[in-house]
Amino acid sequence: MDLDHSPEVAAFRAEARAWLREHVPDAALPSLETEQGFAAHREWEAELHAGRWSAVSWPEEYGGRGADIERWLVFEEEYWAAGAPGRVSQNGISLLAPTLFDHATPGQRARVLPSMASGEVIWAQAWSEPESGSDLASLRSRAERTEGGWLLSGQKTWSSRAAFADRAFGIFRSDPDAAKPHHGLTYLMFDLRAPGVTVRPIGRLDGKPAFAELFLDRVFVPDEDVIGEPGQGWRIAMSTTGNERGLTLRSPGRFLATAARLAALWRERGDPADTALRDRVADAVVGARAYELFTWAGATRFAAGGEIGAESSLNKVFWSQYDIALHETALDLLGPDAELAQGPWAEPWVFSLAGPIYAGTNEIQRDIIAERLLGLPKGRR
Amino acid sequence: MRFLPTGEQSDFARTLRSLLGAAEVPATVRAWAAGDHGPGLALWSRLAGTGLCALAAPEAYEGLGPLPVELALAFVELGRAGVAGPAVETAATVVLLGELARRGEEAPAKRFLPGLLTGDSLATLTLPGGSPYALDADAAEWCFAVRGAGDTATAAEAGPAPDAGAGDTAAAAAASGVAASGSGSARTRALAPDAAPDAGELWLVPGGGERLASLDPARGLFLPGAGGEPLAAGPAVSAAAGVAARWARLLTAAQCLGVGEALLARTVEYVKQRTQFGVPVGSFQAVKHRLADTLLDLEFARPLLWAAALSLSDGDVAAAKLTAGEAAYAAARTALQLHGAVGYTEELDLSLWLRRARPLRDAWGGPSQCRAEVVRSLPAPSGLPQTTATRRVTT
Repeated sequence: MDLDHSPEVAAFRAEARAWLREHVPDAALPSLETEQGFAAHREWEAELHAGRWSAVSWPEEYGGRGADIERWLVFEEEYWAAGAPGRVSQNGISLLAPTLFDHATPGQRARVLPSMASGEVIWAQAWSEPESGSDLASLRSRAERTEGGWLLSGQKTWSSRAAFADRAFGIFRSDPDAAKPHHGLTYLMFDLRAPGVTVRPIGRLDGKPAFAELFLDRVFVPDEDVIGEPGQGWRIAMSTTGNERGLTLRSPGRFLATAARLAALWRERGDPADTALRDRVADAVVGARAYELFTWAGATRFAAGGEIGAESSLNKVFWSQYDIALHETALDLLGPDAELAQGPWAEPWVFSLAGPIYAGTNEIQRDIIAERLLGLPKGRR
Repeated sequence: MRFLPTGEQSDFARTLRSLLGAAEVPATVRAWAAGDHGPGLALWSRLAGTGLCALAAPEAYEGLGPLPVELALAFVELGRAGVAGPAVETAATVVLLGELARRGEEAPAKRFLPGLLTGDSLATLTLPGGSPYALDADAAEWCFAVRGAGDTATAAEAGPAPDAGAGDTAAAAAASGVAASGSGSARTRALAPDAAPDAGELWLVPGGGERLASLDPARGLFLPGAGGEPLAAGPAVSAAAGVAARWARLLTAAQCLGVGEALLARTVEYVKQRTQFGVPVGSFQAVKHRLADTLLDLEFARPLLWAAALSLSDGDVAAAKLTAGEAAYAAARTALQLHGAVGYTEELDLSLWLRRARPLRDAWGGPSQCRAEVVRSLPAPSGLPQTTATRRVTT
């Protein structure tokens, strides 16, 4: 057992660190949940891409570096420690791309991945519907067969980034007569500016349009934008949720960097006599370390050919709870300044509050943990 | 980078698990609590036969180590099985004696290590900054105490036995030619090497005395008597005591993890079988979610334990102890709640782990002490990129 990186990985880290030191903007970009900020973050994606750092885990032919999971985690540590901007193309790079690598045709990969890597096309997700949240398989938006493709109709909601994004991906009911709700679903990609698409931005708690509703009225999608076999959408969508995605949705590097900033804030503003607050700083430091180490263990298992599976639910509950506690501690350290909406911890705190809800609510994750990891009997939700 | 136990390490843990699984440990624990140490000592002898104690000792003294990862994995198994006795204290003593020998003080190692490695003898000890109570001194062959200069009176001052006065201890120290000077309270001192005074003294002390009952009936607490036999003194003792304290904290964290795992496993089995309203209570979300949180706490404590065993750094060891200790106690609370009234009985074997969790959480560094250590161990501010202090990060 060890936690040592090889000289090659250390060299990779040094290269990433040097590039980031040279290129990370001195001043923070405007919030990516605003039109101006979205554009600024898109430009940053182009700069990352020019340095071949936008999708390090992808094969080189698509603009990546073929980095294994260890290098990807090292890159993330360096990325967030350098104070680099949030990733506006995250939905595409960490949710859609792994699905494409597993299930798409070479032609689809060649068509979709390069513009995703460069930030030219920003992807939004289209999973939830007004009546289908945790019970996603009950979704009702339809894909109807037509000449040369499919016609999408229905309503999607809570679509992150969709207010300013270019394209979206999601699953649709293509066979309403299928025996089970999980059957008869098809995974498709579509243009958010296609005829028949109406995007209605939704203001999140702080008013920024971080997500949107999508109204679809017979939106044409060519066959070439169907991923995998029609009717296999559920299996395809779920196949990557438990594996790499469990490791990569939130990297430890992000929390290690934020915990380091919290420790700096404690030194700067903390009252040494306030041991209650000091203890919460300690918990934040320990939590980041725990998440880092848990991830290295998972990465070791994954690199050895193991499955991550339901363990990704442990991961998700942990970081989403941890993220809130971390930001609450920072706000408490700020005292009266915590209330300032422009403060460096304000928007990240608002964002952290969504963590236990998105990517599968923590209630559903705990059901998965209890049923699949502990073997408890299924019951009514 | 390969952050998982190796095949050999896992095999060793499995060997211990199967040995302990067949050993009817609960009966030995109940006997131990009733003052019959025979079955527990016999079990300890068998455990030592697997090389358990040798893992803490250097090769120069017929040891196999020191191998903290292997020992930590082993102590998870001791915790899971609920083994009673001063196991952590014995291992920490082996470490202490090995460290002393490495620093040139070989006599104590030559005298005590052979008996400890074979499992013929158990040891217990107190260290500066730790609890004043020696665990299970009545069952241990030897009771050691490291006293900082001027600390000779601390145990008696801190404890509830006023008759073992400071004057006696100081007089005994003076009579034996070991200087007792300076002042300081063990309670305010960190359980860490750099905080221990340079003039530590290792004593073989009389362990006999009144047995103070613990909240865990299988733990007996003893205030070491005054005086005794001085074994070594000087900076080597202080440094070795610091190392031994870190190992004690690490191995207690490992035991906590095992205790938590045992509590979780027993509770999962119970809620699958116990039915109410015509269904297993384990099918209710309120029950499932508590158990999911218990597993979460334990699974995130585990890698902290491994990393602490790898680095043995103050910060990592404190983080592991804090997390594993809190996880074990939370597991005990959940186990009790989900068992309902039957969990509140001493008759159910579950009680052996329920009552162990809280004292272990506090032994060799409670949560408050560990959190303070974590903050103390933070890297210097210069290690942080300046720009990140005010940068905004979203998404």
